[in-house]
Amino acid sequence: MWWKLLLFIALSLVIIFSFITPAPQRQIGEASRVFYYHIPQAWVCVIAFAMSMIYSIRYLKNKKIVEDDRAVIAAKLGFIFCVLAAITGSIFAKVTWGSFWNWDPRETSIFILLLIYGAYFALRGAVEVEEKRASLSAVYSIFAFVTVPFLIFVIPRILPSLHPADSIVDKNLKFTMGFSVRIIFFSSLTLFTVLYLWIFNIARRVQKITRFYEEQED
Amino acid sequence: MPNNSAGLIAKAFAVYVKDLRLELRTRNALNAVLMFGITTLTVVSFSLGQSSLSPKLLSALFWVIIFFSAMSGLAQTFIREEETGTSLALKLTADPDSIYIGKLFFNITLLSTLTIIITPLFFIFTDAPTDNVGRFIVILVLGVLGLCVATNIVAAIIAKASVKGTLFAVLSFPVLITLLIVLVGASEKIFDGQSFSTIMSEIKFLIAYIVIMLTMSILLFKFVWEE
Repeated sequence: MWWKLLLFIALSLVIIFSFITPAPQRQIGEASRVFYYHIPQAWVCVIAFAMSMIYSIRYLKNKKIVEDDRAVIAAKLGFIFCVLAAITGSIFAKVTWGSFWNWDPRETSIFILLLIYGAYFALRGAVEVEEKRASLSAVYSIFAFVTVPFLIFVIPRILPSLHPADSIVDKNLKFTMGFSVRIIFFSSLTLFTVLYLWIFNIARRVQKITRFYEEQED
Repeated sequence: MPNNSAGLIAKAFAVYVKDLRLELRTRNALNAVLMFGITTLTVVSFSLGQSSLSPKLLSALFWVIIFFSAMSGLAQTFIREEETGTSLALKLTADPDSIYIGKLFFNITLLSTLTIIITPLFFIFTDAPTDNVGRFIVILVLGVLGLCVATNIVAAIIAKASVKGTLFAVLSFPVLITLLIVLVGASEKIFDGQSFSTIMSEIKFLIAYIVIMLTMSILLFKFVWEE
């Protein structure tokens, strides 16, 4: 129990300090505070999708339905964090670049991530048999996930980007942030990850109980 | 199960010939794809009238036509197996790898036929510049290969689902979008009359994309097919 309380206090502190400390980036100003939330959300989104893919691979290996349940939970949470990252990013874009959405490479790639997992949920809705649904969607999520590195690494080099690339490390891999900014940012990153893992664990246990009762009824 | 590559190729070829013969008898996939392509092309050229188009618009329109025509027919070969109930018999006679390769070559044939007919018509209707046709053909070949490689496994997946037609485009689009962005970019440079060296990075990307998608598909196909 104690760590949940700690998480609550720590996240509250991060929220408070993210607003009372000076803005992390001088040139952008107040709007750059979004950086304490936007990057952790994008980070959790990537972790969740990667976990979803790992559980999908494990499902294809051992064909245990539990793995499929976990893959879906991770994909759903990843989708939520992806939407949050898109919203915070788009607000930031409105403030700094003047429009909510302008098909910047990063915006394109997050949009495609949303499309992939939207298609993933659509596919799951279209297959009735549970085992069939599990393996078909596992194959699709692995196959589609392979295209993501193309998006993130190839497209920004082909198309010009407005997205700040040096907000964490510069070209020589040195931290560009000041000390207090670094503390708040990395606490936010860690706490968001813990929060995600906690929600994941709850959803996983709920799913387990649901399965247990379904078996009891049969 | 053939362990040597010669057996694999022979079986893949048998699957390919079977699909080709079936297609030549019924012609339903080819007719659908071809008529869809020609209809879209006609709509585009009617709505544009005599106005001359910028290279950007030309390349975007061209790949939109090819993309939607491909979406209308490339899933047919797998859907047919499920609808006629022949997939079980196919499962018994050939291994997943050779079925995948056979079907892939069938789809490549289908889409090549389409592009061979659509591309000259496109050039005639839209009055696109024809001085760099050689370069355009290189991109076209890579584009056709990329489209077929990336959609073949998606076609196998949706053949097992309950709503087939719409789901194919929905599932294929996220996988294809990187490919389409690069194809449109490369064609734009060609229509613009830029030299071959400017599209080298796009060609490298296309080759990498095709190789990775092919590898992933072959690794994953048996999980779809044996389901």
